[in-house]
Amino acid sequence: MSVIYLIMPIALLMGLGFLFAFVRTTLSGQYDDLETPAHRILIDDELSTPPTPNDKKGNA
Amino acid sequence: MNQPEKAQEFDSFSYDDDIVKKFVHATLIWGFIAMLAGVFIASQLANWRLNLGLPWITFGRLRPVHTNGAIFAFAGNAVFAGVYYSMQRLLKTRMYSDLLSRVHFWGWQLIIVAAAITLPLGYTVGKEYAELEWPIAFAINVIWVIFAFNFFKTIQIRRERHIYVAIWFYIATILTTALLHVLNTIQIPVSMWKSYPIYSGVQDALVQWWYGHNAVAFVLTTPFLGLMYYFLPKAADRPVYSYRLSIVHFWSLVFIYIWAGPHHLLYTALPEWAQTLGMIFSIMLIAPSWGGMINGLLTLRGAWNRVRTEPILKFFVAGLTFYGMATLEGPLLSIKSISAVGHYTDWIIGHVHGGTLGWNGFITFAMVYWLVPRLWNTKLYSEKLANLHFWVGFLGTLTYVISMWTAGITQGLMWRAIDASGKLVYPDFIETVTRIVPLYYVRAVGGALYLSGFVIMLYNIYRTIALAPKEVEPVVVRAPKLLEPTFEMLGRKPHRILEGLPGLFAVLSFVAVAVGTFIELTPAVLSSDYVAVNPAVKPYSPLQLQGRDIYVREGCYLCHSQMVRPLISETLRYGSYSRAEESVYDRPFQWGSKRTGPDLARVGGKYPDLWHYRHMMDPRDVTPDSIMPIYPWLYRDKIDFDVLKKKLQVMKSLGVPYTDDEVEHASDLAHEEAHRIASGLVAQGVPADTEDKDIIALIAYLQRLGADFKKGLIQ
Repeated sequence: MSVIYLIMPIALLMGLGFLFAFVRTTLSGQYDDLETPAHRILIDDELSTPPTPNDKKGNA
Repeated sequence: MNQPEKAQEFDSFSYDDDIVKKFVHATLIWGFIAMLAGVFIASQLANWRLNLGLPWITFGRLRPVHTNGAIFAFAGNAVFAGVYYSMQRLLKTRMYSDLLSRVHFWGWQLIIVAAAITLPLGYTVGKEYAELEWPIAFAINVIWVIFAFNFFKTIQIRRERHIYVAIWFYIATILTTALLHVLNTIQIPVSMWKSYPIYSGVQDALVQWWYGHNAVAFVLTTPFLGLMYYFLPKAADRPVYSYRLSIVHFWSLVFIYIWAGPHHLLYTALPEWAQTLGMIFSIMLIAPSWGGMINGLLTLRGAWNRVRTEPILKFFVAGLTFYGMATLEGPLLSIKSISAVGHYTDWIIGHVHGGTLGWNGFITFAMVYWLVPRLWNTKLYSEKLANLHFWVGFLGTLTYVISMWTAGITQGLMWRAIDASGKLVYPDFIETVTRIVPLYYVRAVGGALYLSGFVIMLYNIYRTIALAPKEVEPVVVRAPKLLEPTFEMLGRKPHRILEGLPGLFAVLSFVAVAVGTFIELTPAVLSSDYVAVNPAVKPYSPLQLQGRDIYVREGCYLCHSQMVRPLISETLRYGSYSRAEESVYDRPFQWGSKRTGPDLARVGGKYPDLWHYRHMMDPRDVTPDSIMPIYPWLYRDKIDFDVLKKKLQVMKSLGVPYTDDEVEHASDLAHEEAHRIASGLVAQGVPADTEDKDIIALIAYLQRLGADFKKGLIQ
């Protein structure tokens, strides 16, 4: 059962890791707006206006 | 966004859809093979003759091909297809590196091919869903890291500040799967295709099911929820019912899932507090799981009329319902008193397939039907065939699940039936098997129906792609730059950079601490001081060890457990319950999870050697109604005596108390023991040349099982 000393801390760390990520993302404002993200994904950007000469080339 | 003084700068770019197409193809091809293997092994359980007496396609070797194929090849490739498609769009960027995407794709397919070749050859670690031997397990780690690197770099170069909930599910999948897989596959190689895990017995069991349950959680649940959160709103053209709920249920799901593993080990030799912990967390899982189901179903509010006609929405609705059903059934099965009936029976098989066929399969089909016309810039060949696929698949799933529920509960109750005088009502295990064999036929039909539905989809998709225009201009996408860009912080103070990369900082620190903990604790785990060793219990003799490796090779653990639970009905049938110290030298542990045949923990000494000799030749010879395959090759193939020294060396390095003398003369010791067993058999009329055959080693091992306990060495 000594393996419990290995996997308990790792499980705890995973939990803490997720907790840390949760707190950080909350503080960074990820969840300030819980309405528009759900709508935004429905907009297909393929349908947006054609490129203009001023556009910069993105990564490929 | 609030910078009106500055004109918006636009980037124009295109998405890498070629990689998505590749993964879709792989999903369809491997899905067919994995499901075909499933139908075949289901038929083998209904009729043992289908094993054909060939080692490579006998149930024990083919079952891992089905499970690994369904999980990592079919579901795995489906997840990758969905992730590559959705994340580029959600993050408004092309993947960080097209090359890494392709390395990931081809690497993953090579791993699958390697698995499909090595598993039938009997190269297996002997732990469920972690069967692949060390070179392949290592390759999985490498390819996974490449995928993870590409994934996180893509998040870093995103043009959309908000990380949509689907991406969060993908992040959890990538991180957790990596960690669990690495931890569960730490093994010391003996040769190119044989290794021993560093953990043994109860420790190996705990690590394995910690991994095994989270394989379900983070390969079959979180990524599919992510896919659902992207493709369902897209298909329904409606925003997700509650974005807030999606965030809440994501975080609660990932916090709780980690702890549920021990519910696979209820009533075993695992300490009781760990079992109770697993049970409690499993029940808590109902809440976040149903959060996902409810959120998905309610997304269709106002669109239910379309479910009637659109096959994609049908698949989503049925998939989510099966998800809800499986995630209620799972926690219920984790309650100890229910587990007492359900564990080791086909109920578990039914439960798993409700999830895989109903949830993973249907969500994948919905996604493929939605993706293919868009990827190939065309329309679906036949909506009618897709609807037919749905109904055939739905019927197949129900047939499968209901037959296995019935079989499992029937057998579970028969095992524990005790009459008024305190005796077992069905003392012969075989009685409980013949009762459910008809249901094995029904299950095979259910599986075949599901496979037929899949073939209908293959045809439909093939025609769809064949009709697609050949040359299509890549679509150019325009998106404004991220105005608070994460990557433009590069060049400032290192810590500031990390803080500016959401997620990545969390990941790096997490990995750093995890690695540190691991390095710190590994010696403690390996040290024999920590292993509860009973000095009276001797390690396996070289021949027994060889026999054990044959037991693992033939996948015996897939139908036989080695764990008598402390329940009256079990101790009456098998003998005293299993103690943790009995499996202290077991690498890997072979407690098993299913009893298609009886438990073997106390089989040693129960029958004479000759019984085992005849039984493996043809089980019907000693048990007329047995459904076990025949193993004629064990009587042809010779024991590899030369490898034994190396095997004992590895075991000794892992803390098994072999003396130097035993290691040096491992081969001689095995020869002596084989000679002893064989001469006893020859005296009873067995052919004289059996002494160096695999069957002798296997008999040596089987006769050792539980022998220490019977000798009174363990209290």
